[in-house]
Amino acid sequence: MKKLLLGNEAVALGAYEARVKVASAYPGTPSTEITESISRYEDIYVEWSPNEKVALEVALGASIAGARAMACMKHVGLNVAADPLFTSSYTGINGGLVIVVADDPGMHSSQNEQDSRFYGRAAHIPVLEPSDSQEAKDFTKLAFDISEKFDTPVMLRMTTRVSHSRSLVEPGERLDVGLRDYAKDVGKYVMMPAMARGRRTVLVEREKKLQEYAEKADINKVEYNDRSIGIIAAGGAYNYAKEATPGASFLKLGMVWPLPQDLIKNFAKNVERLFVVEELETFVEDYIKTLGLKVFGKDYFPKTGELSYEIVARGLKAAGVKSEILNLAFEDFIDVKVSSIPARPPALCPGCPHRGVYHVLKKLNLTVTGDIGCYTLGALPPLSSMDTCICMGASIGNAHGMEKARGKDVSGKTVAVIGDSTFVHSGITGLIDVVYNNGAATVIILDNSTTGMTGHQEHPATGFNIKGEPAYKLSLEKLCEAVGVKRVRVEDPFDMENFEKAVLEETAAKEPSVIIARRPCALLKRNRLKNPPYSVNKDTCIECGACLELGCPAIVNMDGVSIDKDICVGCGLCAAVCPTESIAGGDMSE
Amino acid sequence: MNDTAILIVGVGGQGTLLSSRILGEVAVAGGFDVKLSEVHGMAQRGGSVVTHVRFGQKVYSPLVGAGQADFILAFEKLEALRWARYLKKGGLIISNTRKIPPIPVTLGLQKYPEDIDEILSSAASTCMVDAGRIASECGSVKAVNVVLLGVLASRLAFEKELWLRAIRKIVPQNTIEINTEAFNRGYELLKG
Repeated sequence: MKKLLLGNEAVALGAYEARVKVASAYPGTPSTEITESISRYEDIYVEWSPNEKVALEVALGASIAGARAMACMKHVGLNVAADPLFTSSYTGINGGLVIVVADDPGMHSSQNEQDSRFYGRAAHIPVLEPSDSQEAKDFTKLAFDISEKFDTPVMLRMTTRVSHSRSLVEPGERLDVGLRDYAKDVGKYVMMPAMARGRRTVLVEREKKLQEYAEKADINKVEYNDRSIGIIAAGGAYNYAKEATPGASFLKLGMVWPLPQDLIKNFAKNVERLFVVEELETFVEDYIKTLGLKVFGKDYFPKTGELSYEIVARGLKAAGVKSEILNLAFEDFIDVKVSSIPARPPALCPGCPHRGVYHVLKKLNLTVTGDIGCYTLGALPPLSSMDTCICMGASIGNAHGMEKARGKDVSGKTVAVIGDSTFVHSGITGLIDVVYNNGAATVIILDNSTTGMTGHQEHPATGFNIKGEPAYKLSLEKLCEAVGVKRVRVEDPFDMENFEKAVLEETAAKEPSVIIARRPCALLKRNRLKNPPYSVNKDTCIECGACLELGCPAIVNMDGVSIDKDICVGCGLCAAVCPTESIAGGDMSE
Repeated sequence: MNDTAILIVGVGGQGTLLSSRILGEVAVAGGFDVKLSEVHGMAQRGGSVVTHVRFGQKVYSPLVGAGQADFILAFEKLEALRWARYLKKGGLIISNTRKIPPIPVTLGLQKYPEDIDEILSSAASTCMVDAGRIASECGSVKAVNVVLLGVLASRLAFEKELWLRAIRKIVPQNTIEINTEAFNRGYELLKG
């Protein structure tokens, strides 16, 4: 019986059916639900690793030991895991090894829009790209077969709209795959120069064989219809193109690296005009141009953002494709006469512990190097307290670099803010650097006891593992002390008065310091904040706007200031900043 | 029923995902190919959210394009306005009357449009529902999503029992009664 599954859930089902034994990951939108779904299968070992590099190393170790293994991450996570990725291509595998990478065209929840297909090409490993949930499951299984047949890691490339769309999946049989024998093989698994040179030759030969495979693979499909236009597409882009011109001829690629040279040449010969529809970079288009073929692509479709049926149809129309085979419904939308619609950017939740921190940092007018998580929202008005956000862990190195560039005065006016999960992921190495190289940065670890933005995943400092079972709880304060920070203190960000004092003292110190702002995420189930809602006394409120400066979604400014009692969790920050004591817990109108 | 496209729009945290899952479940039970596209991650934190729902004989794109939606189901009025250009000519906008001012409005940087009802009704058929009041009467203001889903259901050709079954399957066990009541109230609303 078919099930309606997210693309990510379908990958998990594929892993289950392929008899994966070990799965590891660090959370990251849009990839997170793959590993969460795998954790529901009892006989698969699954873990949240501290970061993607470790996750891939764990999966590779499991593979070398003879098990089918999988590591999952978002596109920028693959940068972190790039080191083991490139060399795993040299060692090859023992049990099948699949690396699932979810790209985020349109940057719905990411800091950049990089295209992971280039990693596949650069590392000389095959890349499969599904277009819906059924393919997500089927390609996952197939990826393990390819991995074992060709002795290579295989990348499964997802994109946001495939990961986070639900479509029908027919569950299949679970394969009977056991552990392969493990035998020590220094020439294959110890990559020092002499051995690596040998393996380098092997991987070049392997790529040739993979290309021959791609020519005949079932997942690269030709569909001939109207031959005036032929479209080459993969993944989500295929769906948009199919919608824009169902009557065109298609070469649907299921394998986007290596590309099937002869299949492409032959398809090109059989259509009048050849198009490539792909999201992000000109990966397939450039390849086709190197074959000496005439092809249209990004001349008509944008390089930035995600595609849609509408964008593809518009591009094809602009390219002069005859309108009889185009679906032009988008030209016929209703005429809504409105000059400007206010934007609705995301905001920190009511009761968010980060709000108090940013309120203090803004008040003190500090330069704030930021990091990746919910707390990046502190960059937006009205909190507007962030100067940089680059990648996981960058806040600490950025603050240190600023100080080294502009002298120690900067350290008195600069703080790095980083979440607890992000700190464990890659902040700790930055802190080691600060201490080792005689810096004086102040680091605020926003410890909300979870990985917030991605939907509340455990990490080494929460005291629980991915299955919710108790685990050793990493002490952030002991860790900071161990790397040589002498000034480590824990503060409650809801107590803004004390918190301000702490920030002033630590930024004034001429040595490295860490403030752990500890208060659980307001949405965290095991610790949910739910005090009675606060309310505004309209008689004494002078509408000064002090509470509005907190940027709390529960504080509403329409016909005077009021508090939405349905979403207020009673954190009390607004009462603390009100100069006329017009805000208090409970209903003040009664 | 031909291919049907529905946009469910609202503010992160309002429960759009739950209603799209119920709708998806019903469309599957009705024998259709179904695709839903959801928003996870950063935008969920109080931002504008949209779920695309499509069902028919064969669905390719999980996204509803501009001018393609048969229905827009809006949990908040400004969001109905924001996504209105996705409505097909002859389509219906079902919107909650609730106004949730976004942060730029709260800060006085932008104005919340006063005449949303008029703008929408001059461009399309609309059905404005005080879903918050109905949900509260059913026992929980959180059931707004299911009230609105009930209104939508009354305009789709699926049997009512399919909806009730999907609700029982998907909503938390202890809210089945409230949600069933909320659904029924929405379902009866347009019947006068």
